[in-house]
Amino acid sequence: MAKIVVVTSGKGGVGKTTTSASFSTGLAQRGLKTVVIDFDVGLRNLDLIMGCERRVVFDFVNVIHGEANLRQALIKDKNFENLFVLAASQTRDKDALTEEGVGRVLEELARDFDYIVCDSPAGIERGAHLAMYFADEALVVTNPEVSSVRDSDRVLGLLSSKTRRVEKGEGRVKEHLVLTRYNPVRVQKGEMLSVDDVREILAIPLLGVIPESPAVLTSSNAGSPVIVNKEADAGRAYDDLVARFLGEPREHRFISAEKKGLLGRLFGG
Amino acid sequence: MDWLKFFRGEPKSTASVAKERLKVVVAHQREGRANGPVYLPKLREELLDVVRRYVQVPDSAVQINVQREAGLEVLEMNITLPDAH
Repeated sequence: MAKIVVVTSGKGGVGKTTTSASFSTGLAQRGLKTVVIDFDVGLRNLDLIMGCERRVVFDFVNVIHGEANLRQALIKDKNFENLFVLAASQTRDKDALTEEGVGRVLEELARDFDYIVCDSPAGIERGAHLAMYFADEALVVTNPEVSSVRDSDRVLGLLSSKTRRVEKGEGRVKEHLVLTRYNPVRVQKGEMLSVDDVREILAIPLLGVIPESPAVLTSSNAGSPVIVNKEADAGRAYDDLVARFLGEPREHRFISAEKKGLLGRLFGG
Repeated sequence: MDWLKFFRGEPKSTASVAKERLKVVVAHQREGRANGPVYLPKLREELLDVVRRYVQVPDSAVQINVQREAGLEVLEMNITLPDAH
């Protein structure tokens, strides 16, 4: 039986799709059969980040409406044989996703896969609701910035009330904090909320801190999840995150600024 | 130069201002959260069971809400019965 993990945030542009792509790739790299689903109906983007945009024939909504079966719609990753992508539809029909339809597709996928990763759209409307509704665990992606932290807190409220697990009395959705676009130098200068600040406010366990990194953009340019880039700090941070998620203890890296010498401290600005 | 700041008595960092503001906003946000007690989902299930001993109703027939008003918590239950024919 698969575990369903939603990647959510409330606010847009904080790194949900980047995180979904790297998280699912990391699981697949470890031999776990993983499917990642784009719930952002109308604004499909996960396919681009995963580098499979030219191979999308059928999508999630086609499967829900019975216009294609799952075997036709699942896109197998070029590099990792355990990894599959289910693209979002480009339709503008807001009601394309239904609770019954999403539930049915997830149930069918659960028979075959170890992990189902749901890439949520921004906001708290239907798509975001359905992405989290069936989840067992949630990665709450947050930037160290006031509006993102507030929106994450809103989403935590929804996770603790508007999900199947909670409604059926089967316990709660396990929440994990993923802090992205972190800049330790700015934190040290007092210009950015620190990991501890965000942890204290949101009060959920920290799964990983992803440093602000030029590699995130270059990876998306190339259509290759940043976790594949083992040279990049962000790539290694995502690898640590996946390991921790699977229960392997790893220390948090990239959360403190490199130490400056005495001259740097006196004269550096 | 960094060491001059020490003598100038710079104002609070913007990060600590952000943290203080967020604490207030989040506390306010959480007040309105009507999650209610942890037993609520189970209570709902059991109520449904009892109701169904007498009349067939769908899952959506039982609605439970917790409301907080002026320090008072109100547990509100709504059970919609099917139309009598």
